[in-house]
Amino acid sequence: MARRPKLAVWKFTSCDGCQLSLLDLEDELLEVAGQVKIAHFPEATRRSLQGPYDLSLVEGSITTEAEKARILEVRGASRRLVTIGACATTGGIQALRNFADVSAFAEVVYARPETISTLADSTPISDHVPVDFELRGCPINKRQLLEVICAFLARRPPVVPTYSVCVECKRRGAVCVAVMGTPCLGPITQAGCGAICPAYTRGCYGCFGLDESPNVASLARHWRGSGVPADQVVRMLQTFNAGAAPLREESERHGRD
Amino acid sequence: MQLSALVEEGPAAFVVQREALAALPAVLRARGYLVVGPVVREGAVVLEELRSLEDLPRGWADDQAPGAYRLRRREDGALFGFAVGPQSPKCWFHPADALVFRARRSRAGTEIAPNVEAPPKLALFGARACDLAAIAVQDRVLREGPAVDSIYDSRRRDCFVVAVNCTEPARTCFCVSTGTGPCATAGFDLALTELIDEVGHRFIVTVGSPAGRRILAELHARPAGTSDVESAHAAHARAASEMKRAIDPVEARGLLARNAESPVWEEIADRCLACGNCTMVCPTCFCTTVDDVADLTGDHAERWRRWDSCFTFQFSHLNSGVVRAGTSAQYRHWLTHKLSGWNEQFGQSGCVGCGRCITWCPVGIDLTEELVRIREREDRPARPEIHA
Ligand code: SF4
Ligand code: SF4
Repeated sequence: MARRPKLAVWKFTSCDGCQLSLLDLEDELLEVAGQVKIAHFPEATRRSLQGPYDLSLVEGSITTEAEKARILEVRGASRRLVTIGACATTGGIQALRNFADVSAFAEVVYARPETISTLADSTPISDHVPVDFELRGCPINKRQLLEVICAFLARRPPVVPTYSVCVECKRRGAVCVAVMGTPCLGPITQAGCGAICPAYTRGCYGCFGLDESPNVASLARHWRGSGVPADQVVRMLQTFNAGAAPLREESERHGRD
Repeated sequence: MQLSALVEEGPAAFVVQREALAALPAVLRARGYLVVGPVVREGAVVLEELRSLEDLPRGWADDQAPGAYRLRRREDGALFGFAVGPQSPKCWFHPADALVFRARRSRAGTEIAPNVEAPPKLALFGARACDLAAIAVQDRVLREGPAVDSIYDSRRRDCFVVAVNCTEPARTCFCVSTGTGPCATAGFDLALTELIDEVGHRFIVTVGSPAGRRILAELHARPAGTSDVESAHAAHARAASEMKRAIDPVEARGLLARNAESPVWEEIADRCLACGNCTMVCPTCFCTTVDDVADLTGDHAERWRRWDSCFTFQFSHLNSGVVRAGTSAQYRHWLTHKLSGWNEQFGQSGCVGCGRCITWCPVGIDLTEELVRIREREDRPARPEIHA
């Protein structure tokens, strides 16, 4: 049998939810373990094999000096590097610090803020090293994760569409909540979740980040025109992917109103 | 007028009382049909299995505007007092996700098993005139062209259609201008006009096919008198006169062909989200993509056909890159194909005036208004000066 490719899973600043999607695969997990050698995955096993690794899944954003150095090592030891989740791809929810003074947060949160050593901004992995593929979501969708691993094994591009949530929403026959009066990020958010929130009559929160051609300004203008107050528009744009430039810029524009 | 024409051509009009209509879904089910019709879900009228007349949106009306849809109560207990919702018969005939085949790889080679699952025999209950026109458009493209789409054809082939003539169009409808409504003229087995007045709550029924005649024979129907036919006629005329929007399909064809460089496309792109909702709800849009998925071993694979949209990058992705990589090019392509290129390709316009793309656009882009804008902004050739 051909050598099994070595898979590594790395964590930076994150909640572990995306890595857990791998364990969440349940039915397919044994099959995955049969096809790849799980070389480094602290959430699953204490055993850690030496690199180089054929495929590294990287979760989390870069928020400390130590992480800045460590991501270079991970990249150096990885043939393919795929980021998983909003943190690794746009800086995550913790990129809200990028809009404020992080030391002020530290003062409020920690008893001894001087022990905290952190960067002013939370940044995506692609700001630091070249990334081969970015899998979106907060958390990622385990089906899409499996597809990325399958595609990697078959050396083909993964089938991970970059169009809007609306396409998935309509395909599953959900009724559009935006047209029913609920502000929804679906039209500018990348598909992948299966339009879960609209299917439960909630507006999309934008977990999967911006789609391939996001017109954030038009959507925000439409909300404001239908009576959504500026501060609520800012809150909607500043969530899991607040660090993405078009969301950041548009939210700052409404923040000034 | 269409109704009386039908009557003159042979099939007479009948009257079925509201209570007597209740038998129709069961009659159809007894003949093996899966009856699909309008029901209220998540605050909108969608098309789902109809177990009985009680499932219909009785006593509901809809308010539609660009980018807005709300249901509202009505007092008269009408069964069909609303216009079209976000879904159309396309959801049933041309499903959003369809398995094409399964493949298995083994030492012996690759085995491909086409999906031969028999689709349900469908009875559409309450299809509107624009829906029937849209079915005719999709028939033209998917079953009457040189290549027959077997998924579509197998669902469409044996279907039964109970049409409902519109008596209260939505503010977004413009089927009078496209010549596709509000009254069904072809493509149905039975067509109903709902009347609620001092005479009572009843349906004027016309027969469109021998199958329709056989089904009607199982209901309590009596021939309609002149006054009932006239009331139905008046209701259709009122609906037609109430229509707020219009396009000129003949003018639009040339206008769009001439105006690929109109500045209006960029102005639309400033608002358009390229979300693709307009294409998903359009009852004639038929474009699909194919996804091949395999398991980890690569020994089992499936091919799925899914709705796609000309508003996605993958749609125009060729090996040199994305051909229409900007929203203005995408919107221009959609509207120009629908109203202009469709004529050359399929011998008819691709728009049946249902207004779904107007209501279900999250930012309310309205093609009827955009056509006016394109016309207004068109650089007209300078008029030759006439010297005395
Ligand atoms: S016209 Fe409206 S529905 Fe269509 S892609 Fe643009 S924003 Fe979406
Ligand atoms: S283009 Fe719009 S109005 Fe015309 S058929 Fe399609 S959805 Fe209906």
